[in-house]
Amino acid sequence: MIPAAFTYHAPRTLRDAVRLLRAYEGDARVVSGGMSLIPAMKLRLVQPEHLIDIGRLGELDYVRRTEDGRVAIGAGATYRSIEKSRTVAAVAPMLVETVRQVGDLQVRNRGTLCGSAAHADPAADAPAALLALDATLHTAGGPSRRSIQARRFFVDAYETVLGPTEVLTEIRIPKQPARTGSTYLKFANKASRFAIVGVAAAITVDRKGVCTRARIAVTGAGPCAVRATASERYLTRRKVSPEAIAAAASRASRDMEFIEDVHGSEEYREHLTGVITQRALAEAARRAGA
Amino acid sequence: MRQVTLTVNGRRRSAEVEDRDLLVDMLREKLRLTGTHIGCDTSQCGACTVLLNGAAVKSCSLFAAQAEGAKVTTIEGLAKGDTLHPIQQAFHEEHGLQCGFCTPGMVMLLHEFLRRNPDPTEHEVRTALSGNMCRCTGYQNIVASALHAARTLRSEG
Repeated sequence: MIPAAFTYHAPRTLRDAVRLLRAYEGDARVVSGGMSLIPAMKLRLVQPEHLIDIGRLGELDYVRRTEDGRVAIGAGATYRSIEKSRTVAAVAPMLVETVRQVGDLQVRNRGTLCGSAAHADPAADAPAALLALDATLHTAGGPSRRSIQARRFFVDAYETVLGPTEVLTEIRIPKQPARTGSTYLKFANKASRFAIVGVAAAITVDRKGVCTRARIAVTGAGPCAVRATASERYLTRRKVSPEAIAAAASRASRDMEFIEDVHGSEEYREHLTGVITQRALAEAARRAGA
Repeated sequence: MRQVTLTVNGRRRSAEVEDRDLLVDMLREKLRLTGTHIGCDTSQCGACTVLLNGAAVKSCSLFAAQAEGAKVTTIEGLAKGDTLHPIQQAFHEEHGLQCGFCTPGMVMLLHEFLRRNPDPTEHEVRTALSGNMCRCTGYQNIVASALHAARTLRSEG
């Protein structure tokens, strides 16, 4: 399959990348690993006139700990470098667990976390983890540099709050509170490994086993990844038990919008959302020591 | 058109390509290295797997221009003269191929995987191969070949 013709640009700095993005506003796409964008271009679902490659910028290829104890992941960092990172394993083990479930080895060698977030595929794994980990997404190229909370970032299928000249440069993830257990669990499409429904859960408990903080996010079920706030509210300040988890999970689909496709009906996805949320919460609770 | 220069199997090779030409197109059509196969052409089957600076990638899913300056290893780069690479030899001995179409991708994927994990379990091999499909469904012998190759490579140190 041959993509529509375009001009390829390999800027040497982020500044140059932004300059190109502004010069070709509306006609350009940013590529890093290209694991979502290039297949879409080959199918001609996306036909940019200009392709701006930030995947070769050394300045964006990093995974590091920030002074305030967060982990910062640059737009050039592949899933593979996140899988290998001791910093990520220490600060946000759920992210490593999530990344290991993305695609296959070859895809993880090239694909990037920032790319997945910016592409916002409804069935991608990363958005759920970013929501449940309270990530912030940092941009350049707009009227000013922005840092956007994950829960404000994803808008709709393949749609984020990024403007036409903005590029996602970095994702930051805070250290989880003590006594937090987290996991990412998905019911995957057997062929593509994309999530039919995927749930990221992080729950914090006190010494008595009472949940003090819950973050639950669902991907694959609807047009974009969302927080299951009704479940979070139910669980918070309750003692964690199988009954409380079941009751919280039964609330996961409240206020949620479901999609229907060849892989499953709306009803099927709604059912799976409850089941996978329940399993993810049980595992997160176990890891939290509740 | 643009000139792209790669180091392919240890040799500097250049070709004129269109910006939209994929790495696999450059390898097969311009450099005539047809050992790298195009199976699904949708990033799923892994037949086009090559090493890009040592990492296994699907060459149908990146543009040749993105590989400018990179070191690329294809299936043609593994054997030394008439001596097969230990992974190739293992596929030969364990009958790890039926039609052979998926084999170059399987071998290149395993090349990186066995470097990362020299003593894998069968389950780890099967997980690692999840991005490579064999339409003959000959997975049993492919997994046996991978484990055989791992033993040989370990004994060679």
